[in-house]
Amino acid sequence: MATTDNGTQQPTAEPTVGISNGTDASGAGMLLELVAVSVRYGAVVALNRASLGVQRGELVAVMGPNGAGKSTVLKAIMGLAPVVGGTVYLRQEPLSVATHEIVQEGIAFVPQGRRVFTHLTIEENLEMGCLHLNDKAEQAQRMDAVMELFPILHRKRRDLASQMSGGQQQMLAIGRGLMAGPEVLLLDEPTLGLAPIVVKEVFEKISEINERLKTTIFVVEHNIKSVLDIADRAYVLDKGRVAHDGTPASVRQSNILTDVFLGRIDAG
Amino acid sequence: MELPIIGDIIRLSRDPKDSLRLSRSNLEFWVNLLIISWAVAFAIWQGVGFAITVGTVFAIWAILSVSLNLVVGFTGLLSVAHIGFFGIGAYAMAILTSDAAYEQLRTEAIPTLGWPFFAALPVSVGVAGLVAVVVGIAFNRFRDDIYVLVSFGFAVIAFNVFLNWRSLTRGAFGIHEIERPAIGGWVFDGELEFLALVLVSLAVVILIAWFLMTSSFGRVLTAIREDEQATEVFGYQVTHYKLAIWVISAMMAGLAGGLFGSWTTFVDPNSFVLMESILLVSIVILGGLATIWGSLLGAMAFVLLEEGMRFLPFLPSEFVGQGRQVVLGILLVVLMLFRPQGLVGRYKL
Ligand SMILES: Nc1ncnc2c1ncn2[C@@H]1O[C@H](COP(=O)(O)OP(=O)(O)OP(=O)(O)O)[C@@H](O)[C@H]1O
Ligand SMILES: [Mg+2]
Repeated sequence: MATTDNGTQQPTAEPTVGISNGTDASGAGMLLELVAVSVRYGAVVALNRASLGVQRGELVAVMGPNGAGKSTVLKAIMGLAPVVGGTVYLRQEPLSVATHEIVQEGIAFVPQGRRVFTHLTIEENLEMGCLHLNDKAEQAQRMDAVMELFPILHRKRRDLASQMSGGQQQMLAIGRGLMAGPEVLLLDEPTLGLAPIVVKEVFEKISEINERLKTTIFVVEHNIKSVLDIADRAYVLDKGRVAHDGTPASVRQSNILTDVFLGRIDAG
Repeated sequence: MELPIIGDIIRLSRDPKDSLRLSRSNLEFWVNLLIISWAVAFAIWQGVGFAITVGTVFAIWAILSVSLNLVVGFTGLLSVAHIGFFGIGAYAMAILTSDAAYEQLRTEAIPTLGWPFFAALPVSVGVAGLVAVVVGIAFNRFRDDIYVLVSFGFAVIAFNVFLNWRSLTRGAFGIHEIERPAIGGWVFDGELEFLALVLVSLAVVILIAWFLMTSSFGRVLTAIREDEQATEVFGYQVTHYKLAIWVISAMMAGLAGGLFGSWTTFVDPNSFVLMESILLVSIVILGGLATIWGSLLGAMAFVLLEEGMRFLPFLPSEFVGQGRQVVLGILLVVLMLFRPQGLVGRYKL
């Protein structure tokens, strides 16, 4: 387990200006941004000077083949990956707190594979999401909001999470993330292994969270067509590098996806 | 759980063929019934005096297994270090209260401090807790298999300290004349009074364990057990929680140690060998992880096995110790094969 504490995301001497990320959206000021971040697991370079970011209110998709480094982007933000270069910025400040403090900075992480607490009930899982909330009224209000978004969680609130289907567990995982009242929600493969009908529902919910609840969303997705329908902007990763950055339309028009997925470009 | 059982009995009287299916689904009920009736039968058979002794041994083992379950079962840290804290508690009690004037061997003398029992008991608990803080901070970086190994290391080191720090522990000679509890002039030298004391201590430990596990603190431990990283992501400083439960558990073991020292009035390093720790872990697993009741049942079954074997006519008394280990070993293997969650447990190891 490469659980690293703070200290791994040391700002390096990298020039933070002039790092081109295509359209250079940083002019408006990114809410959350990775600048030239490199992550290495032993000999494996999972991220190679990757620069990505999300502006306030945006819904940004990260796509790419297996092993491209998509999950690593989110783990680097959460301090869960061994960052060897580059800096993660939150509201233009370097983010250099320990993993357990990041949720207080307004970032909630919904990891790949859902990882709900199966021995706890739905309600308890949701409560786990808002540790630092001593205000019981606020907690109840957030729980109501989450249950309104996902009515199934309300119906099953006293059941153990282990008794839920995969799709329901995914809703619970997202709901648990929302309980933290985050400004940015990081979603890693929220539709992995779900039935098509459920996939559709999850995408609708993600879109609703972004539009109605005004939560900024950074989502890793393999389901390219669906995620491009709801995203404001998209990154395509390949072998740890950002291969493309632009609007969904620009991604659809270019050949980047076929190139990347068929291994037709040389990331070097 | 009463109501379904009554329902079962009614259904059984209608359709006896159901009994096989029911006996499987109600295994927990039968296990409870078996162990409790075994205990009662044993007490009747051997008389009150022996029952009091068995009860005292049970209560001490029960404190140990309930407290170890907090770490192994509820939090998911497989530790064989527990016997070390038990020993620390026992030695603290011995050193503080023993009357060295009785010792025959003057060369291995340790100072006579002559503390009363009730002053020494909190020290037993506190010293075990202090050592646990230091050890726990060192252990916090480890998990899974490595955790077992480092806790193994601690148990071995603790044993060697008891054996070799002779100016403090008298080494292999052990410490005699450990004080029995007294309130004013009333000394707990009767076995029944002592039984009452250990049962009250057990009750306190159970109450604390139950309170912890039903609180939000216990919920976080359950979450850590299942997914440490996911717990951390939601703002819980996992290392602090693990350290806290580790120290609480060690303090309970220290309490058991203090009681044990005073009860036997003699301690030597042989009571705190690694094997005892492994037996203890077996009891926790046999009884069931993350269940207080399971740990009580496990401790009861263990003590009955051990004491019961003394009465096997064909078993020479010197083999009783080994015998219980063999039986426990077999039980453990059989149980892991057919019932990995233990007698009444919820989780598999
Ligand atoms: N803990 C780890 N130890 C060693 N290598 C790792 C570890 N985590 C990821 N990697 C490697 O880093 C690279 C990127 O992994 P990452 O999980 O980010 O890929 P991904 O794009 O999310 O892929 P997937 O679609 O399979 O989820 C891969 O080559 C992977 O093998
Ligand atoms: Mg991934």
